[in-house]
Amino acid sequence: MSEASPLLAVVDLSIEFRTRGGTVRALEKVAFDIGRGETVALVGESGSGKSVTAYALLGLLDPAARVTSGRIVFGGIDLLTAGERALEEMRGREVSLISQNPRGALNPIRPVGKQLADVLLRHANVPRVEAPQRAVEMLAKVGIPDPTRRAAAYPFELSGGMCQRVTIALALACSPALLIADEPTTGLDVTTQAVVMDLLAELAAASHMATILITHDLALAGEYADRIVVMHAGHVVESATAGELFIRPRHPYTAKLIAATPKPGTQLADLAAIPGNLPDVTRADLPTCRYSARCERHSKTCDAPLPLVAIGPSHMVACWQPL
Amino acid sequence: MSAALRHLRYVLGENPVTLASFALFVVLVAVAVLGPWIEPYDPLATDAMHALTPPSAGHWCGTDAVGRDILSRIIAATRLDLGIAFAAVVLSFAIGALAGLAAGYFGGWTERAVGRAADTIMAFPLFVLAMGIVAALGNTTANIVYATAIINMPLYARVARTEASVLRQAGFIEAARLGGNGEMRILLAQVLPNTMPLLAVQMSLTMGYAILNAAGLSFIGLGISPPTPEWGIMVAEGASNIISGEWWVALFPGLALMLAVFCFNLLGDGLRDLIDPRRRT
Amino acid sequence: MTEPILEIRSLTRRFPVKRAGQRPWRRAKMSWLHAVDGVAFAIAPGETVGLVGESGCGKSTLVRLVTRLIDPSSGNIAFAGNEIGEIPARRFARTPQRAAIQMVFQDAGESLNPRFTAARAIADPLLRLSRLRGSALAERVREAAGLAGLPDELLGRFPHQLSGGQKARVGIARAIGVEPQLMILDEPTAALDVSVQVVILQLLESLKRRLGMSYLFVSHDLNVVRLLCDRVLVMYLGKIVESGPVGTVFGSPAHPYTKALVAAIPSLDQRGVKRLRLSGEPRSPIDPDPGTCKFYGRCPKGQSNCAAVMPELRPLEGGRSVACHYPEIAAAEATREAPTVNSSLLPFQIPHPAS
Repeated sequence: MSEASPLLAVVDLSIEFRTRGGTVRALEKVAFDIGRGETVALVGESGSGKSVTAYALLGLLDPAARVTSGRIVFGGIDLLTAGERALEEMRGREVSLISQNPRGALNPIRPVGKQLADVLLRHANVPRVEAPQRAVEMLAKVGIPDPTRRAAAYPFELSGGMCQRVTIALALACSPALLIADEPTTGLDVTTQAVVMDLLAELAAASHMATILITHDLALAGEYADRIVVMHAGHVVESATAGELFIRPRHPYTAKLIAATPKPGTQLADLAAIPGNLPDVTRADLPTCRYSARCERHSKTCDAPLPLVAIGPSHMVACWQPL
Repeated sequence: MSAALRHLRYVLGENPVTLASFALFVVLVAVAVLGPWIEPYDPLATDAMHALTPPSAGHWCGTDAVGRDILSRIIAATRLDLGIAFAAVVLSFAIGALAGLAAGYFGGWTERAVGRAADTIMAFPLFVLAMGIVAALGNTTANIVYATAIINMPLYARVARTEASVLRQAGFIEAARLGGNGEMRILLAQVLPNTMPLLAVQMSLTMGYAILNAAGLSFIGLGISPPTPEWGIMVAEGASNIISGEWWVALFPGLALMLAVFCFNLLGDGLRDLIDPRRRT
Repeated sequence: MTEPILEIRSLTRRFPVKRAGQRPWRRAKMSWLHAVDGVAFAIAPGETVGLVGESGCGKSTLVRLVTRLIDPSSGNIAFAGNEIGEIPARRFARTPQRAAIQMVFQDAGESLNPRFTAARAIADPLLRLSRLRGSALAERVREAAGLAGLPDELLGRFPHQLSGGQKARVGIARAIGVEPQLMILDEPTAALDVSVQVVILQLLESLKRRLGMSYLFVSHDLNVVRLLCDRVLVMYLGKIVESGPVGTVFGSPAHPYTKALVAAIPSLDQRGVKRLRLSGEPRSPIDPDPGTCKFYGRCPKGQSNCAAVMPELRPLEGGRSVACHYPEIAAAEATREAPTVNSSLLPFQIPHPAS
């Protein structure tokens, strides 16, 4: 974590969803921050709340969502109280998003060059005559061969990896300060994934752009992120630098997650499943620690309100009995 | 099951119009079933002395030109009209949907043949085609059913074909093949049940058209012949009376017709709301 | 030497494609997409063979050929000594081998009929392929569900009422119910969370031993393949480019494509290390040149020889084979029980072409 104030700080964020099945307490007191140029990975399994967090940052939550507490401070403004106009200005220009299914993010009936030009015209105040040329430059920057010809192509004419490069170009068109990458490589081949992640890392380093990488792949987070924030059932359970997290995880869930991830050298018998299931987050009587039902170290002390214990300068864990 | 009931309650709760159409549907079916027991008078009994009397305590909807009680005739007609429409829809579904499913699932020649047949039917203005069929085959109730069924078949075929061609790619179809199922068995036991919700919506919507079609044919004299009570005939009989001021002869049958068609259209929409959230896309 | 349970020889499957821009009235020459192009391998009884490759490599087509859902264009598929490639796919359902070859699908939810309960789904193949009926059938369904770790009370549920892991178990129960000898596992854990994945993989491993099956395990996740498989086949554009014991192939890959695959696996050890990356797109699978290596143009090596003669699978030491004119044979051949993958074992660090 840098000395300067963070670029984005999420403080005590709690979000619920009103559904027919009850109130889903999706996030509870989520807190983390990210400094300029840093890459932070939000890691968790399905139902951990990582995608909800990403969309909350951009103000793109479902209408059924209600923020019950917290602030998202970006550049001094609380994004949760900012008006829609302010958010519109910010999206695309200061904060950008890429998500999985790159083909889904592109307009199927518009050539990719034109889509890029649209973003440039809308957010970067590029003169109309220059936009097509700048679009081609962006395509070249993300490593698309023969960019002039490809600018006229439609998304269905491009492979999955190329489409994802185009969405990266779209996201980076205005050199945002923060990029949110929501499972950017799920669905891509492993070789394409490697190339796309390398590209993201390279571009982020070149323009000192911060990245939030949302993924369920712990190894991916380990290789590409500076810090990792582990989420479970809507809570942040641990946050540390990548190296520290793997060498010495302090939260029981993190340790179990690492133990369940296949690595070279492990045998099948070495892997351990995580006992129990995700708690039902529609219940009103959830324990303060949502992992306690599955935790073998659970005891009476765990019923007290969850602390955020600082283990080291950049290592926090939300546990009364860290490992 | 309880989740389905909860969902039903939710849909009905959100949309009072859907609830009203459900209620109306129940009323219509009750009237059709209980008809002979709730008619105040014999629908065919004439009474020349009390011809063309306006609505009164004795005759809620008045009497027609030969003194028959209009309300009794409307109730009797409910059974007939609903019956014809229902028979036509079932026939239409049975042939149209199966042909469409086969066309969508097997593709190739099946699809082309079914497509051509459907195109041929749809090339005609449908009511004119129905008129033609009844005129050619004769003025019987059965022929009205056949005619109505034929003009609605392409609709089912089209819906079924689309669904089947999507489901053809589904994983569980391949799994069924691995499990030793033959193609026909897959079509009937696996694909058909999955297309039923959508086809059920279609059936409800075409009930409305079928009623209108049967009434329309009777209105122009090509369908049921008098004195059998039928909404279309009654409207036709009462049409000439409007000018002479006896508005009730045509109005009440017309209202019944309108309500029935309205009910089925709204029912179809309500059914669609019910099944929509659970659909894949 | 026991007879292999499955033996594939020169298996090819081509699909006709219409070329864009053809005049409809001209009888133009047909173009063919070579999805599977001369594949040969064998699976021994009780073995788990992995099949890895990326999208477009033809593994799904190969899987469909092995499970006899589609017919080959040419080549042999022999199951327990019987030639089953000749039997048309649509008649295969009525042969005795149908029950012997079963598959667990990638997306368990997609592979279950949304209108069937779990019990009905598991019973369906038994209804078609066995003589069991009534209470004997119900007993078998419960037995299969029990083996797959599916509690009895979930048998009456529909797919949308089950979790991802539970649906996977239904798929497994359905497949093992008919007592197959060869089971194809098509990315069975791809859609599952990592914690559920462990349980399912351990279940699959124990089932294999208990029920005496052979597995063909298809996956894009090399770490998972390493866990479960004895041998692995690496596929690229319809051909097998490398095969051998899993530890050897991943520990010291001989084919440049396998090297790139292994180098692409994310790992904490590789932070900041500039690794081998593949650039460009794969060659077209349509009307491929039979004299050019499929990997030519993307391969970091690539000599003139590679564009003149198609490399065939040739055996190397250690029970492996490679289809490459210039395979990399490590100075120290890693053993099957190699505990760690250390990229420094690879003798050649080929820099990224763009760097």
